[in-house]
Amino acid sequence: MKLAIKRILFLVVVIGIWQAIYLLNIFPAVVLPGPFIVFQSLYSGFLDGSLLVALGASFKHLLIGMSLALIIGTILGVLLGKSRQADETAGMYLIALQSIPSIVWVPLSLMLFGFTEFAVIFVVVLGGTFVMALNVRSAIHNVPPQLVRAARTMGTKGTELFFRVEIPASIPYYMTGVRLAWAFSWRALMAGELLSNGPGLGYSLQFASDFAKMEQVIGIIIIIGVIGAVVDQLVFSKLEKNVLKRWGLLKS
Amino acid sequence: MLNLNNVGKTYTDQNQGRFEVFSGIDLTIEENQFVSILGPSGCGKSTLLSMVAGLESVSEGAISLEGNDINQPGPDRGMVFQEPSLFPWLNVQENVLYPIKKRLPKKEAEERVNHFLKMVHLSKFKNHYTYELSGGMQQRVAIARALAMDPKVLLMDEPFGALDEQTRHIMHDELTKIWHETKKTILFVTHSIQEAIKLSDRVVVMGTRPGRIIADFDINVSRPRRRDDAKVIELENQVMDLLKDEINKVLKEELDHEASH
Repeated sequence: MKLAIKRILFLVVVIGIWQAIYLLNIFPAVVLPGPFIVFQSLYSGFLDGSLLVALGASFKHLLIGMSLALIIGTILGVLLGKSRQADETAGMYLIALQSIPSIVWVPLSLMLFGFTEFAVIFVVVLGGTFVMALNVRSAIHNVPPQLVRAARTMGTKGTELFFRVEIPASIPYYMTGVRLAWAFSWRALMAGELLSNGPGLGYSLQFASDFAKMEQVIGIIIIIGVIGAVVDQLVFSKLEKNVLKRWGLLKS
Repeated sequence: MLNLNNVGKTYTDQNQGRFEVFSGIDLTIEENQFVSILGPSGCGKSTLLSMVAGLESVSEGAISLEGNDINQPGPDRGMVFQEPSLFPWLNVQENVLYPIKKRLPKKEAEERVNHFLKMVHLSKFKNHYTYELSGGMQQRVAIARALAMDPKVLLMDEPFGALDEQTRHIMHDELTKIWHETKKTILFVTHSIQEAIKLSDRVVVMGTRPGRIIADFDINVSRPRRRDDAKVIELENQVMDLLKDEINKVLKEELDHEASH
């Protein structure tokens, strides 16, 4: 409880500094609106439904894109994890692909698919797939050999070994992959939507910026940050922690 | 009857060439016998056990169990490792059920699981996960799991090596009781002289560089055995003298190696 109070106090101080900067007129009010104007714009945005529509569209892109990324990433990761040949040939390129920032894919995607929602989804897929594949590959490489030996003495081999031992043993790394895929997909989504024709949260941000509605710009930035943190903390980090605990990888 | 006939193990390394771990191991283990293999580290005793389990290939000679040659793992041999090697995604009950889940009808399998969990005194913990158990409890689950397959031979690779002294003594008593109840043949690898003499009918002592059998003792001391029994102490000293030369040999080799670099 004490931690929550400290965090709230910290937030109040930050907002206070922001308000002070606004009142001192260091930047013109058009460029940097005060916190209350921003919150008011957020409130009316939710009230008239425009932000909800944008959020809904963004989550649709994210859900489709991330699902595809998880599926493709898992298949690629298993392939690289199980086949030495594939890993030696393509593993290095996967790291190269993973290091490409998502926004770099946007022009290519727009050329390939035009100003469509699928162009945005495509960027999300690219954003999540490679990091997922890399983590699934590690997951398979990190199956404790001792567990495989024990399973073999109990007559487990071949595909049964894969499904009854290797898959469950790799779930902790897999969960890390899912959490990172979420983080990367979320960033990719915003990059894609910024340059898209909407709808979506990123598009709303660009739109507000084009019309110099800075209170909306800052408001949407806050929403993006809050959603990113909340989903990570409440869903993926929690899930990962539970798995790590059960698998005995976390000192409780 | 477990038969090891002129068994040898050689590794071929790309850089260092051939490396012989041991050779010419002849050993016959009768049914229901509790046999320990004792030796300094590096003598290949764990490797030998892995070969009996079918996890390692046999380079020379042959290993057979009741006349059948061993070249892969099988349900006739259960193994307990130094690490409990339980599956953390399964609870205690499911871990013990693992080896028989697909081989026995559900009801029979569950009865067997309950039977062996009772034997290792873990009935109360059957719904717990491994991270909730102490090292000794985990090792008892591992023993129950190996027994659930109803193997002819129980192979144990320094199973109590990672436990604290007190727990180890409790486990010794438990294992002796389990052995009496189940009448399994047990092949037990250890580097502890006391442990080998306390538990076994017979202690096979291995030497190192090259790995080979240097002695084979029958332990004719009635159970339960006391640590201060005169006969036990005499046997311990006898084995200690035998092993001293072997350990000195390893030390000297290492020191020479050090000096030449």
